[in-house]
Amino acid sequence: MITRRIIPCLDVKDGKVVKGVQFKNHKIVGSIVDLAKKYSIEGADELVFYDISASTVGKTVKKEWVSKISDVINIPFCVAGGIKSVGDAREILNLGADKVSINTPALENPNLINQLSKEFGSQCVVIGMDIKTIDKQNYLFAKTGNESTAHSTGIIALDWIETVQDLGAGEIVINSMNKDGMRNGYDIELLNKLSTVCTLPMIASGGAGSKEDFINVFKETSVDGALAASIFHSGEYTISQIKSSLKNKKINIRI
Amino acid sequence: MSVAIINSGGSNLRSVAKAVDRLNKSYVITDTANEIKKASFVILPGVGSAENVMQVLKEKNLVSVINNLNQPVLGICIGMQILFEYSAEGNTECLGLIEGNVKRFDEAKNLKVPQMGWNKVMFTETKFQKFNSYYYFANSYYSVVQKYTTATSDYGTKFSSVIEKNNFLGCQFHPEKSADAGENFLKYFFQIS
Repeated sequence: MITRRIIPCLDVKDGKVVKGVQFKNHKIVGSIVDLAKKYSIEGADELVFYDISASTVGKTVKKEWVSKISDVINIPFCVAGGIKSVGDAREILNLGADKVSINTPALENPNLINQLSKEFGSQCVVIGMDIKTIDKQNYLFAKTGNESTAHSTGIIALDWIETVQDLGAGEIVINSMNKDGMRNGYDIELLNKLSTVCTLPMIASGGAGSKEDFINVFKETSVDGALAASIFHSGEYTISQIKSSLKNKKINIRI
Repeated sequence: MSVAIINSGGSNLRSVAKAVDRLNKSYVITDTANEIKKASFVILPGVGSAENVMQVLKEKNLVSVINNLNQPVLGICIGMQILFEYSAEGNTECLGLIEGNVKRFDEAKNLKVPQMGWNKVMFTETKFQKFNSYYYFANSYYSVVQKYTTATSDYGTKFSSVIEKNNFLGCQFHPEKSADAGENFLKYFFQIS
């Protein structure tokens, strides 16, 4: 059977990898191509490139970076940020990405999911979901790349998962806004709740701060992969260190 | 010693080309019969659906060109699936170079479809077991284990991850995205020792 995946994420703003806390106060952490190469060599199972400024200012992800990254890595590569049409997606995929992840544009135009899936196959279509839990209800947020544009759509996460599944999505990334950048563990409760309706591969995102957080998310939920940013960017842990501690705990991982 | 990468309308051409380039092979991305015929190696990539890829190959009059190639040909993912007679994806008649059909993974078995991620590939013959490793898959359809299967993987059911018949080699995984293991597999195809 397939292994659980460790997925480093490069959040990019104005050509630099940045990291914020709960989607705010972004700080520069490094260069795009150097980090991409480093993670690929260290054994990352996949790489996500997320242009966080794209959707908030109505632009598509900066294309030059897509080809620059794809030239230096030989692992799967997903690109997110302001992809609003089949044409946008085609361009990104032709530059070497394997998947596109859409978030705000899917909320604004759900039919885009169906179009992308028909055109490129569902394995290319990842739906990113930025979810904030308020009074036990899990709401989808849009335009989260910038504090001033982020807002609740009022859409409930469980309903949205069912909708995107029906429209032909191939994978779902659950970003817990409550946990993002807090480095005190993934949102186990949210992930287990959403797993009850999710029939697609699901990736956990937001909250990784220690080896134990990865062990817990794989032991306590059925997620297929764990995405993380700051824990790897800070150099505190390498991907291979995280993977060997998972292997020691008998979690099915590629080493 | 050039490599022809057939432009079948899929979107992973650049990744495949880069992987070929990393092995210092010159390549051409093409849909021209002559360029394909004269290449030393031919790669048939495929992303999208069997239906789309077959339609593109028909429109470009490449079906008989591919079927008559004598040099080594590698079909990747959908490119492997269309080597068979028929695919359940879009009820599609395929190239028919290898006997057998392509089916969909069964969600009823509590499987997440598509299969997305790294799965173990086990070669049956001892001489190929050095290639046993994890490779990257992204597929909803698979071919059953049959006479020409040379490696298998398990996703709810055992399926063919590599097939080989005469000069036609097919892999269900994406070697261009499978890190070092994928590179070694491509070296095998290119007969680089």
